[in-house]
Amino acid sequence: MTKKQKKLLKKILLAVAVFAVACLISFLLPDFPGKQWVSLAVFLAAYFLAGGDIVRKALLGIKNGQVFDENFLMALATVGAFFVGEYPEGVMVMILFQIGELFQAYAVGKSRKSISSLMQIRPDYANLIENGETREISPEKVSVGDYILVKPGEKVPLDGIITEGNSSLDTAALTGESLPREVSAGDTAISGCINLRGTLTVQVTKTSSESTVSKILDMVENASARKAQAENFISRFARYYTPVVVILAVILAFVPPIILGGGFSDWIYRALNFLVVSCPCALVISVPLGFFGGIGGAAKQGILMKGSNYLEALAKTDAFVFDKTGTLTKGNFKVTKLAPVDISETDLLKYTALAESQSSHPIAISIVEEYKAACTLLSETGSFSDVSDVEELAGFGVRAIAEEKEILAGNLRLMKEKNISLPADITEFTTGTAVYVAVDGTFAGTICVEDEIKPDTVSALETLRNSGIRKLVMLTGDKKATGEAIAKKLGLSDVHTELLPADKVTHLEELLTLQPSGHTLAYVGDGINDAPVLARADIGIAMGGLGSDAAIEAADIVIMTDEPSKLPTAIRIARGTMRIVRQNIVFALGVKVLVLLLSALGYSNMWMAIFADVGVCVLAILNSMRALRLR
Amino acid sequence: MKKTYLLEDLCCANCANKIETQIKELDGVISASLNFIAQKLFVEFEDRIVDTITASVVKTAIKVEPDVTVEEM
Repeated sequence: MTKKQKKLLKKILLAVAVFAVACLISFLLPDFPGKQWVSLAVFLAAYFLAGGDIVRKALLGIKNGQVFDENFLMALATVGAFFVGEYPEGVMVMILFQIGELFQAYAVGKSRKSISSLMQIRPDYANLIENGETREISPEKVSVGDYILVKPGEKVPLDGIITEGNSSLDTAALTGESLPREVSAGDTAISGCINLRGTLTVQVTKTSSESTVSKILDMVENASARKAQAENFISRFARYYTPVVVILAVILAFVPPIILGGGFSDWIYRALNFLVVSCPCALVISVPLGFFGGIGGAAKQGILMKGSNYLEALAKTDAFVFDKTGTLTKGNFKVTKLAPVDISETDLLKYTALAESQSSHPIAISIVEEYKAACTLLSETGSFSDVSDVEELAGFGVRAIAEEKEILAGNLRLMKEKNISLPADITEFTTGTAVYVAVDGTFAGTICVEDEIKPDTVSALETLRNSGIRKLVMLTGDKKATGEAIAKKLGLSDVHTELLPADKVTHLEELLTLQPSGHTLAYVGDGINDAPVLARADIGIAMGGLGSDAAIEAADIVIMTDEPSKLPTAIRIARGTMRIVRQNIVFALGVKVLVLLLSALGYSNMWMAIFADVGVCVLAILNSMRALRLR
Repeated sequence: MKKTYLLEDLCCANCANKIETQIKELDGVISASLNFIAQKLFVEFEDRIVDTITASVVKTAIKVEPDVTVEEM
């Protein structure tokens, strides 16, 4: 509890004590001259102890022209109770209102704390290295090019390149991924990660405001600027609700007694109940709080949403369009098949790897990696020293001398160019890229290199289908055979291949026109080369946001890890949050309308009205906080 | 230009809504967004009111909720 809340609690307890004395005097003591006035004075004392502050704020409100504010309405309702002679009720309602306010402030404070604890990724200081000494300074004061020291247990304060040391970095706060990332000199260090083991020296590449951690925090905190329809509905509703209820109260107080005759005080009492129920706080607080909880809960899973409008839209998504490379597949190549001719598999791989060892082409790298892995498997030390005369033949492949043999590795055209005769029954690969290899002028076989499907892609698509996603489409710039083979493996029937970036936009627009109204379409890409498509879709989702500014900029929702399995998680969180928000709206409105009806008919009292105001508010806050724990 | 303010002791969500609406209506303000949970107010405004914006924000906030404290971040 904060200081202010403790003060309020003391005031409430004191008011309750004085209230008890007042009741004692007025109900238990025998009559004495002036008893009426004494008890009124003690009731008033209790009233001002509990609600003096409310009355003060109400008067200030009138002075400032804020007529329909909740302090004014509470003050009016309770003062009204005094005038119709219900002293105990007037005091009690004020006390209950303050207890409700206290609960509410406490619950909001709690929620604030649990949401901000999710955001405990902002680094407090950086150890700047200057003239061989380090000193702690604020991350904002470090410039690009400075060197900083990150000790074990500390947060990486700014983005940079590691120049010295090796360690593992815990990225869980950013990605929800529990497996630490191994890093050493030359790797990038991303701000917000926690250094687990060794001491690292990092050369800063981005200022504090440009660093990953600032961008993520800005995004989550600014998420409230893009409001969901439900939120806008509630704030519009709140603007009309209070005046309407107050006008109804005035009508209720004066019209029925004039028409039906009889006393005013019963009707005024009913009208006062209206005033107590007229504050829309429960609604106004619980809807944005639910959304904020959902956004916070998603952030904990490494899913960043730029606004509650996207969360709302995602709950309505029934079609997903995917980019292939880097989204469903890893985007790096891997040797998938070896088809040697008159040579062992190991030798085919070895010669090719040696010949390709100096190339930076992704295919060459994948072959070298495969060879290294094979060596580790056979506990051999693969040496790349016995290679000479490497010649890159642009558009064809490479030629090199390895272990005193002439190696040719490249495409079919290279084989033709060098007059290598191919066997009639040569293995043809339907997918991927084939590397043709010849040793000393004789054809030695082919190696198939393919992009790998991410390990969780298949299960992620399956879960999406089961959760009611009607349409899954893949768009790719890759050639027809490869694209369709991958689509088949993933069980995607809808696939469009050989697309240029502009074609992707055209296809997406076509799909958008086919969308039934009330349902949205999400495009999932890696955010680097498909920014126009991301922007065009109802919701643009970028994968692999960690370390990629482009993705964070371009997308509406960013998945920090490379895992497609976060997509069903995001949908579950979005739908769960919407459910909570709807529950709150229905519950809060329902109770208020019910109490209004009962009050109008004379079946309700101020106690119920108070529950419909602050009680409902506290319950709605508690319900909202469930959104934080969705996964 | 953009500025961020921290609004403390903001106890009522409806008041937050009112403050947001009234700041949006201030002359020279392009957009305003008050995050009740983070207690933060983001204001985007025209450069010409840079000298008066903070005073206007404080005045508006106090008018709606007398107990609030406003601090520029």
